[in-house]
Amino acid sequence: MSETTTDTAVDEVHILWTSEGMSCDGDTVSVTAASQPSLEEVLLGLVPGLPKVRLHNKVLAAETGSDFMAAFHQAAEGGLRPFVFVVEGSIPNEKINGEGYWTSMGNDPVTGQPITVNQWIDRLAPQAWAVVAIGTCATYGGIHAMAGNPTGSMGLGDYLGHDFRSAGGLPIVNVPGCPVQPDNFMETLTWLLYQAAGLAPMIPLDKQLRPTWLFGKTVHEGCDRAGYYEQGDFAKDYNSPKCQVKVGCWGPVVNCNVPKRGWMGGIGGCPNVGGICIGCTMPGFPDKFMPFMDQPPGALVSSTATGAYGSLIRKLRGITNRTVNKEPKWRHNEPELTSGYQPEQR
Amino acid sequence: MSWDPITRIIGNLGIYTKIDFNNNEVVECKSTSSLFRGYSVFMRGKDPRDSHFITSRICGICGDNHATCSVYAQNMAYGIKTPPLGEWIINLGEAAEYMFDHTLFQDNLVFVDYCEQIVKETNPSLLRRAETTEAPHADVHGYRTIADIMRAFNPFTGAMYREALQVSRVTREMFCLMEGRHVHPSTLYPGGVGTVATPQLFTDYLSRLLRVLDFIKKVVPVNDDLFDFFYEALPGYEEVGRRRIMLGCWGSFQDPAVVDYDYRTMGEWGRGMFVTPGIVLDGELRTTSLVDINLGIRILLGSSYYDDWQNEEIFVSHDPLGNPVDRRHPWNQTTLPKPQKRDLADGNYSWVMSPRWYDDRTGDHLALDTGGGALARLWTTALAGIVDTGFVRATGHSVEINLPKSTLLPEMRFEWKVPQWSNTIERNRARIYFIAYSAAMAFHFLDKAMAEVRAGRTKVFTDFDVPDDAIGCGFHEAVRGVLSHHMVIRDGKIANYHPYPPTPWNASPRDSYGTPGPYEDAVQGMHIFEENGPENFKGIDIMRTVRSFDPCLPCGVHMYLGDGKVLKQVHSPTLGTSVSG
Repeated sequence: MSETTTDTAVDEVHILWTSEGMSCDGDTVSVTAASQPSLEEVLLGLVPGLPKVRLHNKVLAAETGSDFMAAFHQAAEGGLRPFVFVVEGSIPNEKINGEGYWTSMGNDPVTGQPITVNQWIDRLAPQAWAVVAIGTCATYGGIHAMAGNPTGSMGLGDYLGHDFRSAGGLPIVNVPGCPVQPDNFMETLTWLLYQAAGLAPMIPLDKQLRPTWLFGKTVHEGCDRAGYYEQGDFAKDYNSPKCQVKVGCWGPVVNCNVPKRGWMGGIGGCPNVGGICIGCTMPGFPDKFMPFMDQPPGALVSSTATGAYGSLIRKLRGITNRTVNKEPKWRHNEPELTSGYQPEQR
Repeated sequence: MSWDPITRIIGNLGIYTKIDFNNNEVVECKSTSSLFRGYSVFMRGKDPRDSHFITSRICGICGDNHATCSVYAQNMAYGIKTPPLGEWIINLGEAAEYMFDHTLFQDNLVFVDYCEQIVKETNPSLLRRAETTEAPHADVHGYRTIADIMRAFNPFTGAMYREALQVSRVTREMFCLMEGRHVHPSTLYPGGVGTVATPQLFTDYLSRLLRVLDFIKKVVPVNDDLFDFFYEALPGYEEVGRRRIMLGCWGSFQDPAVVDYDYRTMGEWGRGMFVTPGIVLDGELRTTSLVDINLGIRILLGSSYYDDWQNEEIFVSHDPLGNPVDRRHPWNQTTLPKPQKRDLADGNYSWVMSPRWYDDRTGDHLALDTGGGALARLWTTALAGIVDTGFVRATGHSVEINLPKSTLLPEMRFEWKVPQWSNTIERNRARIYFIAYSAAMAFHFLDKAMAEVRAGRTKVFTDFDVPDDAIGCGFHEAVRGVLSHHMVIRDGKIANYHPYPPTPWNASPRDSYGTPGPYEDAVQGMHIFEENGPENFKGIDIMRTVRSFDPCLPCGVHMYLGDGKVLKQVHSPTLGTSVSG
């Protein structure tokens, strides 16, 4: 190894990942799309300074069944430290369903009945060096916690308490998104691994426990259609490349970096490519944004305001634009030079 | 002995088996799922236009299939159709989804069951034989022996494993170009898309398609070589995961020249799809009509954690053609969740219901399967003999797939021939052929889309109003197979909405007639080829079989040893627990 290699404070970290909450596994799948860094770069130890990482994730694990579950049981008994506990999917209310269960992972060796995901959270969260909620379901409840849901679903903070601290002294780390933006998660995880290795300070989180550098700005602040907004020039349906705020986009009030960052490899996104922002990274998602395809109430006021001065600005810009679309008059193929060049001036 | 949950699938699913080690046979199998979220419950009363955004969240690997299917159902309910360019864009998005999903699942999830690391643990003598067996297509894919292929799929270290991860990213970029983001689309709407259809959009897609083409041409013969080796090295292996040929496919890729989303013409425009819908029974096409398919769907209970809806209201008594609609049809379903203890002995044991297809010729409620999706798609399309785009041609007994020249490899033609069996190997083999099918189709869709752009027909969205009262149904092929969305609108709100993805069909428990679901049926009676005895038994052939269906559910397999003997609980990382029940 070269001498630039730093010894890590922690040389091996297990990642215990349950996607057996009220989940679609979309966040796990999303993470396989990341390239900054990619999952295999982290697992193969290609990122300098990171501890060795052992991932226990159902979708990717070579082991199956009890071989796979062994690490979870070992961790619950205190024999697998340090570990990062990643929770994917909403947390259902298991107090309301009698002898049944909404979701489980593995079976109790003694009774043969399913072990609920909630039991796993009770066992593992307090012992974890860090607890990470991936996706809007695990962070705030998400789609499965929609009005009228039968399962009483909630986010991890609602379940553990918003002042929860892990064994490593960290609050819950929330990486929302439906699904999570691939690089957003891998970057957060990488920060935590740097932190575990003693190379980074406490991860900076906002009030909703989101990484500040990823969720500090709104969709609108990073959207390349904002120019249309300023000029009061709005799409009336989805055929238009203009600002979609009148056809359902909630971008101006949603904390998310997707239009700025793209979905993967700089490609794709939401309102920047014609897909209205439905607020999928937010604690109020989905109920506070529905019906998705209606104009957000607040947008009426601001779009009316920009409509007035925006059309004047657009006219003036049109005039200037016509001017700068013309070349200066000295560019020609005539026998005489008219650029203003004077050889005697030195 | 137990495996719980089964890994390398999406979601969790449980398979409980009794095994007779004296005769190397699986005696009994039960399939269970332990997750309930309740989409059909919390969608009631919501704005119908929210359906595709919401239902996409049903699945984190194929959510776009749900969004697409929901958009189809909404188009029907609102009485609108997507402009042709919008339809081609959706087809291009879905083609990329198939390419991505099948690649990731086959190479990074399924193939671990066939990689050197695992085969060494389960069938060491097979690995030794693989070391000395030359791969017939080494000239195309570059792996000299079968064991070299197995090594290439070792997780995270194998060359093919890592290349597949990269390909799964490029194909997802292609998807995002058309549908905004993966897996939950942002640019999909009833009436079309919000995608900005400039020439650049198609250039960006095409250049990526060309970039993955060498891989696709390589991976088909890699799979063929490996699977053919299994047949040859393990005589009788064709029986693994074999069940009666009862395949369902609900069709994929609309042709805008034909589709108008009117229920009354659904039989015709269904047949116009670029993957032909149909039901294959014992090698014969039973029907290719989406109307027949629709009317035959029955949702049975029997082993599921729900109260029956026998006394609830009927939402749709007749379809728009005047045909009576059954009470057990998704249009008339009411979901009444009833959480309870799991009773594998003789009670309820799953959150999955039991979808069946009622064959009015025989009166049977058939436990159709999808063969993991690709098998049924290729089978119905081949037999129907309708599809012909030049890039893909259905012959009546096979599907020809023509791929143009790429960086390293010349033009290539693959022919998927209807196999003798509906079994584990053929489900897996079909999956890889369907990647080639999707790539070839994507070229056709690109041609059509660019022709629209060049002609200046750039409209991608049709405006609409939501009616006060309407019904709609969407039929589509999710990656894993049949997908239907049934929707009822009353007073401008969702009165009933039932999505039926492929996995409920495949992973269903025993129904009220006692008929096992497809996993149960495919695993039951299976011969075991694994070389390990009961002490360190991995159940690899059962795993391969369950994964061949590409499950999308909660899963765990409990095993019983022969003679009713139950293994004691052992606390060690390599042995699981066995439970009675």
